[in-house]
Amino acid sequence: MTVPTVPTRPIAPTVPTRGTVKIDVEACKGCDLCIDACRPGVLTMTTDRFNQRGYRFPELRAGCTACRACAQVCPDFVFQVWKFDTPVELPEGPVPDAALHRDVERQREQRS
Amino acid sequence: MSSQLVVEFKPKLLQSSEHELCPGCGHSVAFRVVLDVVEELDLKPVLLAGHGCYTQLMVQSDLDSLQCLHGRAPAAATGVKRMLPTTPVITLQGDGDMVTEGLHEILHAAARGEQFTALLFNNGVFGDTGGHLTATTVVGQRTKTSLEGRDPALHGYPLNIGQLLAQVEGAAYVARGAVNSAGMIARTQRMVRRALELQLEGAGFTFVEILTMCPTGWFVPTSEGPEYLEDAMITTFGIGELKAPPG
Amino acid sequence: MTTRLMQGSEAVAEAALAAGCRFFSGYPMTPFTELLENMGRKLPGAGGVCMNAASEIEAVNMTIGAAATGARVATGSCGQGLALMQEGIAELALNELPAVIFNMARGQQDYFQATRGGGWGDYRTITLAPRDVPEAVEHTQLLFYLADRYRTPVVLYGDYVIAHSTVGIDVQPIEFPATAPKDWALDGSMSGTGRARQIWTWALGKPNTPGPGPNGSWELIAEKYDQIGRAEARHEAYRTDDADVVLVSFGTTSVFVDSVVDELREDGVRVGSFRPITLWPFPGDALEQATRGCAHVLVYELNAGQLVDDVRMHAADRSVIRSIGGVSQDPSGMRQGDLLNADILRHRVRDALGLTPQGATS
Repeated sequence: MTVPTVPTRPIAPTVPTRGTVKIDVEACKGCDLCIDACRPGVLTMTTDRFNQRGYRFPELRAGCTACRACAQVCPDFVFQVWKFDTPVELPEGPVPDAALHRDVERQREQRS
Repeated sequence: MSSQLVVEFKPKLLQSSEHELCPGCGHSVAFRVVLDVVEELDLKPVLLAGHGCYTQLMVQSDLDSLQCLHGRAPAAATGVKRMLPTTPVITLQGDGDMVTEGLHEILHAAARGEQFTALLFNNGVFGDTGGHLTATTVVGQRTKTSLEGRDPALHGYPLNIGQLLAQVEGAAYVARGAVNSAGMIARTQRMVRRALELQLEGAGFTFVEILTMCPTGWFVPTSEGPEYLEDAMITTFGIGELKAPPG
Repeated sequence: MTTRLMQGSEAVAEAALAAGCRFFSGYPMTPFTELLENMGRKLPGAGGVCMNAASEIEAVNMTIGAAATGARVATGSCGQGLALMQEGIAELALNELPAVIFNMARGQQDYFQATRGGGWGDYRTITLAPRDVPEAVEHTQLLFYLADRYRTPVVLYGDYVIAHSTVGIDVQPIEFPATAPKDWALDGSMSGTGRARQIWTWALGKPNTPGPGPNGSWELIAEKYDQIGRAEARHEAYRTDDADVVLVSFGTTSVFVDSVVDELREDGVRVGSFRPITLWPFPGDALEQATRGCAHVLVYELNAGQLVDDVRMHAADRSVIRSIGGVSQDPSGMRQGDLLNADILRHRVRDALGLTPQGATS
């Protein structure tokens, strides 16, 4: 009879991640093109959250490879892409600071 | 984690990224490709644009710009380039502007070997006026002036402008790309770069057609634009370099 | 001074070059073709470009592009070809681009086209109607100056007679005051600076340098044309100070009119002549003054009645106006016909005044 090995502490799953994106949430028009273009498949459109113009927008999960396909295919200049000097292990799941929120109404008022 | 910026939100040569194009429009994707190449080659061009949804991209650009009458950008570009032979000159037209209204002007400019780079953003519709039949609308495509789909008996067949220009002796480089995937985008960027490099070498008339998505004009959901482009337009027109100098 | 025997078209081409014209485009059409040929021969040697365009539409649009670079540019045709250029001429005007447009007309039937224009929008063109080759040479140079000064397309209303007559002439460059530097011109140098330039009839500007927009721009342009209207009208009044009768005409026809005026004066008729030199702006105040107190204002033009509309708008007394000209093209349709004839003119004037007939009816 073998005794299963019990880890000394819980291990949260991690994903090797080579880069990240900043997402200009308010610029997005919800076209979904980035979702299909993302090679590691780490972008997902929100389902019940919308930007100030009423569009759903993409959210980033761990595992970005900085391939920049999202920035290339996006018609609305939503993405800024960063590549890490060395790959890191990020906890599986949403990347918390990827979204860039701007108050577009206030910005528009300031401009006019 | 230290990191390097790989891609900025918007190209440096765009004064503002706020445009009014529809969700899923391919025009701004294609325009980004062009601006990236202009920046990469460190050019200070004059841009001439026709009338279409893409005209606002000319407005947003940080390029000396002349807006031209519908179809006539190649004629105006002839005037500009003949007066400024060492300045890079780029024209930007849609399929309505170039292939429908302006067929005469583009063919004659190519025949004369005018030394500018003509760009065609081809989405097979007059998008700006709401989605109407053009000379490149593919057979079966529904538009507001071909509600049952383009029918050869009623509307004839689309013109393959790339094929026509490739036969013109004055044309040095004729290519067709698309922006419906990251891979196609990269390939198209190489075509635009080649065209502009050839202009700088004085090789003659250069032309890049870029197939762009118009989900609004095509009556498809935005996420299906790239697939529709593949199935309808790439199967009709093809992708690649139709004419290029050796080497 | 070197007076040479020269065709009018060649003299006009020389005048354009003397004025600094460095781009010309055109499509062959009688009687304009020789101007295109001459520009083609002379421009390259002066460091300029002459394009034999593939249509009149292409010609005017090439001219728009060349004008946008700040060069002194011109195009032309006869009225039939200018019909295709109307959109382009309006575009030049609403873009505030200078350009000289030559109408080597087949006759006098293009007065409406030359003064009302067939393009879209609130625009005008300064239009000069020379009476002979020496005047055409002077007007050509004046037009390049006016185009730059006011940033507008301008028109020379020449004709078959001026284009094809061979005269002894010495084309002397005329000096004009300096005009403002063309900092609006495009050459790519502002690309990438954050302050790139833009030329567009909608005048929206770019995000960093917004413009007045279509309404604002078109209002400013309309005000500019009002200003030109007050400042640039030109005319010639001949023996009108004590005249009972004024003969009104324009262009080549006025040479014939003036010779008949002199003959009638010999016969004791108190007659004078008036011709607008600028068809637009029409010298309405001068016409009003010249026709004050006249019993007869007779309009002699080789068309169905175009100049007469402007005469009716401005003459002191509308009730004394009569058209005594008419449609007159020669059998080819490409030049003035029988009415360009002093005998016929004399007969028609005497008939209109109730004098004993003299001259010819045809």
